Amino acid sequence: MATSGMFGNGNPGALWTGGPVPGQLHNFPGVQNGATKGSSQRTLNPVVMGSSVLGIQFNGGVVIAADMLGSYGSLSKYRDCPRLLKVNDSTVIGASGDYADFQYLSNVIQQQVIDEECLNDGFGYTPKSLHCWLTRVLYNRRSQFNPLWNTYIVAGLDEDKPYLGYVDKIGMAYEAPSLASGFGAYLALPIIRDALEKKPDMALEDALRLIDRCMKLLFYRDARALNKYQVAVITKAGVDLRGPIVSDTNWEVAHMIKGYE
Amino acid sequence: MFRNQYDNDVTVWSPQGRIHQLEYAMEAVKQGSACVGLKSRTHAILVALKRAPSELSAHQKKILPIDDHIAVSIAGLTADARLLCNYMRNECLNSRWAYNAPLPVSRLVAAVGSKSQIPTQRYGRRPFGVGLLVAGYDAQGPHIYQTCPSANYYDCKAMAIGARSQSARTYLEKHLDVFLDSSLDELVKHGLRALRDTLPQEIDLTAKNCSIGIVTKDTKFAILDDDQVAPYLAMIEGEERSTRPVPDETGQRIAIPELDDIPQPMEADDQVGAAQPDPLITDPPAVDESMDQ
Repeated sequence: MATSGMFGNGNPGALWTGGPVPGQLHNFPGVQNGATKGSSQRTLNPVVMGSSVLGIQFNGGVVIAADMLGSYGSLSKYRDCPRLLKVNDSTVIGASGDYADFQYLSNVIQQQVIDEECLNDGFGYTPKSLHCWLTRVLYNRRSQFNPLWNTYIVAGLDEDKPYLGYVDKIGMAYEAPSLASGFGAYLALPIIRDALEKKPDMALEDALRLIDRCMKLLFYRDARALNKYQVAVITKAGVDLRGPIVSDTNWEVAHMIKGYE
Repeated sequence: MFRNQYDNDVTVWSPQGRIHQLEYAMEAVKQGSACVGLKSRTHAILVALKRAPSELSAHQKKILPIDDHIAVSIAGLTADARLLCNYMRNECLNSRWAYNAPLPVSRLVAAVGSKSQIPTQRYGRRPFGVGLLVAGYDAQGPHIYQTCPSANYYDCKAMAIGARSQSARTYLEKHLDVFLDSSLDELVKHGLRALRDTLPQEIDLTAKNCSIGIVTKDTKFAILDDDQVAPYLAMIEGEERSTRPVPDETGQRIAIPELDDIPQPMEADDQVGAAQPDPLITDPPAVDESMDQ
């Protein structure tokens, strides 16, 4: 008897298949199990991330800068990620945090800009109105326990006056004459504030020098930063998005750092 | 009761290509008391005539605030106006909530136009029986808009709606070129004179039956009633009225290019070719051209 039959030598066939299994939860046929049905996905942690964004008001406008690194954890994975978005001739936003969420919101904003342009009534986003709208969106998403994992800095001219606004992923928002997100808030902002205190009515050149100094400093100190960055200058003349700018760096003293091997 | 067999419902065309129910709704606007709106470079104002339904009641409100920068003056069914006002207030609040910015007047009026259009094309519904004069101030300056039950809306330099408003429009047309550079007082005086021209000889404007709305840059829309209008009334007191005979809106029409280009239901449609550019309307909106007037 080579074949196994009901009374053969081989293993007996299962008496019961496709039905309830003792000691386990029963899955009815044709019904998805609870892990996918009625469940939803949340961003529990960001994936590809951008680091700091810096913004400074100067005499007659605003500058905003962000480096172009997309970090995948501690891996410097994407080195050409623009994190500044020109919304219109008076508004630019910069984003820290999850790059995919920034891309999603960029698409939404750009579509709304197109829709508004179609109305052709002379009205459009101002930095103030976009900042308010972002606050509403981000707070709404965090209230659904599904935040957009970003910090946004909104820069621009509102009725010809410089405007800088900050919103984080829980919808916490404020305005200030100088702003920084990410590690920039700890490493660069004190330096920027200090410079602004010494020279409150900065010229554009001073602001750009200050930005470059801070971006360089962030590259040295923040392991998720890159020395390649973009700068947007917003004045009455419009938005001038510059870059990528690559700062020269100097690692001569690096060999003196010991004890972390 | 029906005037003809094509006026049962808004969804029915007459063979002449008219929608009678819409025209009846336009007539409802002419039953309401008159309102005048005009603007200078800096101000937009509304001047309205209030009615008291009986000796025992107070005068009905005619100018309703929408937001800090917009108010409307109504002519027609007050209840419909209140519904529209509610909607407009909501739109304005939404703009302030989402964008921290006052809603542009043009967008608000366009939204009202879209809302009013729906009951002009669906069976079992009726158009709003109210016309609005919307006065507002936004980043592009002062505005006067007129909306109709037919879902048309017009950007106006000056306009008057309501009962016997043709006389006011005649006044406004005559003085159109001085409004732009007028001071606020001058503008209000012109508004009051235009409104007074809609009254029969034996009745005059009083602090009781008149209200004024004023808006300008960075100020809250001011609605003046009773004692507050008295100083303005004093400015035009004793002035001669325009002596033109006041035509009755429900009677014959007079030979002046009119805004309400929708022909009156009682008449033969002999006015199709008469659509001249109206001097009171700044830029005929795009919808204007597509409408068969």
